[in-house]
Amino acid sequence: MPAALRRSPAATVAKYAALLCYLVFALFPLYWLIKIAVTPDALVFTEGTQVIPSAVTLDNFRTVLLQTDFLSYFGNSLYVSLGTAAVTTLVAAAAGYAFSRFDFAGKKLLIAVMLITQMFPLLMIIAPIYKIISQVGMLNSLTSLIVVYTAFNIPFATFLMQSFFDGIPKDLEEAAMMDGSTRFQALYKVVFPLTLPGLGATLGFVFTAAWSELLFALMLISKNDAMTFPVGLLTFVSKFSVDWGQMMAAGVLALVPSCLFFIFIQRYLVQGLTSGAVKG
Amino acid sequence: MARIQLNDVKKSYGDVNVLRDINLDIQDGEFIVLVGPSGCGKSTLLRMIAGLEPISGGDFMIDGERMNDVRPRDRDIAMVFQSYALYPHMDVARNMGFSMEIRGDAAEERKSKVAAAAETLGLSKLTNRLPKALSGGQRQRVAMGRAIIRDPRAFLFDEPLSNLDAALRVEMRLEIARLHQKLGATMIYVTHDQVEALTLADRIVVLEGGDIQQVGSPLELYERPANKFVAQFIGSPTMNVVPVEGGAGGITLAGSKLTLPHLGDTSAAVELGIRPEHIDVVAPDQGMLKAVADVVEHLGSDTNIYARVEGIGPMMVRVHGNIPARSGDLLGLNIQPLNAHIFAADGTALRRADAIAA
Repeated sequence: MPAALRRSPAATVAKYAALLCYLVFALFPLYWLIKIAVTPDALVFTEGTQVIPSAVTLDNFRTVLLQTDFLSYFGNSLYVSLGTAAVTTLVAAAAGYAFSRFDFAGKKLLIAVMLITQMFPLLMIIAPIYKIISQVGMLNSLTSLIVVYTAFNIPFATFLMQSFFDGIPKDLEEAAMMDGSTRFQALYKVVFPLTLPGLGATLGFVFTAAWSELLFALMLISKNDAMTFPVGLLTFVSKFSVDWGQMMAAGVLALVPSCLFFIFIQRYLVQGLTSGAVKG
Repeated sequence: MARIQLNDVKKSYGDVNVLRDINLDIQDGEFIVLVGPSGCGKSTLLRMIAGLEPISGGDFMIDGERMNDVRPRDRDIAMVFQSYALYPHMDVARNMGFSMEIRGDAAEERKSKVAAAAETLGLSKLTNRLPKALSGGQRQRVAMGRAIIRDPRAFLFDEPLSNLDAALRVEMRLEIARLHQKLGATMIYVTHDQVEALTLADRIVVLEGGDIQQVGSPLELYERPANKFVAQFIGSPTMNVVPVEGGAGGITLAGSKLTLPHLGDTSAAVELGIRPEHIDVVAPDQGMLKAVADVVEHLGSDTNIYARVEGIGPMMVRVHGNIPARSGDLLGLNIQPLNAHIFAADGTALRRADAIAA
């Protein structure tokens, strides 16, 4: 019987082969990005689709960092993404807690409206948003991007946070209140530490969404010194040519903050923090 | 220490009345058990006392002070939750000392009190562990420690043992009984397990359908149940209830007449209740009732017989000790008249004439 249950070697090989196929498929564009970034300009077209370049250089990175506005774009993006992530997570955590714990008039309606906002393609509202932002004189400001991104991310982030709060037993807060805490103390001392994974996940999600957003940044920002990184990438496209090497080098550098961010929050993403709270 | 009074306390959700006119006067130091089937409102009542659930009407008093709208933190009541509700990110010591931490007590004082409580509960070696590294029984103890350390006016327990296995449950039950003896504090304990109720309580409150059915000591409930619900809820195995014909001088059961002198007028009788242990087994032709043993369980200390009784149907009989009955045997059964209960059509029990019952 156990022999029958044991996987045959062929099945194991097939499983790993499938995983490998998927990995190659998913990571190949990333590889190509890095490959072009380190290929000397002269070889980009002559070697074409050759998988491994015959020479490797860091010139593209040097040029991007020292001779373009890349660092300014990068800083702008960082500012916008961190700002959006912070504001969104704060608001979403508060809203998610309220949805999870309180009953109030209009709760269902509010949830429905928030869902509806998620159903429209963004393209539809670009014109009105542009109009609003220009009317209040916020074109070409990074704050306008934070405001717009926050507005778009709050519904999803709220649902995300709500599900994390729902996962924390109500008993814990009640026990804290019986132990003499106010609701706020219970929130701060008991619920908050247990919600860290949720906060981490929400921060990460919103940060990456804001980091890679192009459409609104393109519409609302036209001045070079307020450009975010995705918009700035387009400056590598000139009238007669595309500077592939530098563009890819900039792309590689743009991956760094996302990776750092996830390395930083991944320990909060570990599940099972609430195990042991209630019956095992 | 506290005297807790409930005067006409009500709870309703919209139009649904969950609890109606609950009146209870709990003395200082008393151990009260709220018992009833699930959905009877016993946990809701406990949560209302704790302050976790608003009270819809009536007065809830602690030591003569109206507490209806006082926040849980200001009621000075400790509660042990069914789920234990330990803070998963805090070690045992911090879990137990959390109330003192919130109150802002000095770390030194907190430490010594936690150590003392841990000692009492046999947790001294575990104070640095997180809840997830504890067994069910240990978690239960930590939850109790968290309550003890506060030295509150009253303790509330919400089915604290229902997540433990049978052996541990017996052990923790004893521990709670000892704790009550030692602290002498007012305790209110919710359970659906009648054994816990009977063994722990000074007085039991039987709830059903949002009403108190009866309040009394365990023996009172066992010997003088107020109605059919209490009669069948308290006592294990369950009381047999069989239809009878009432009459002024006694009742008629499967064609035989049974006089019940201690009950006086039995003309309103509709049903007879008799506990399995109050039926005597005699030779087949000598008993008042004829029966065939369907299944016989030999438990050593007792013998349970599931019998089919002629003219009545199934009845359960429990005989103390071992008797050589087997499945299929013919038996004679005699009902002990002094231990019989008679119920009227609305389920209420006919009262005993007390002089005879004594």
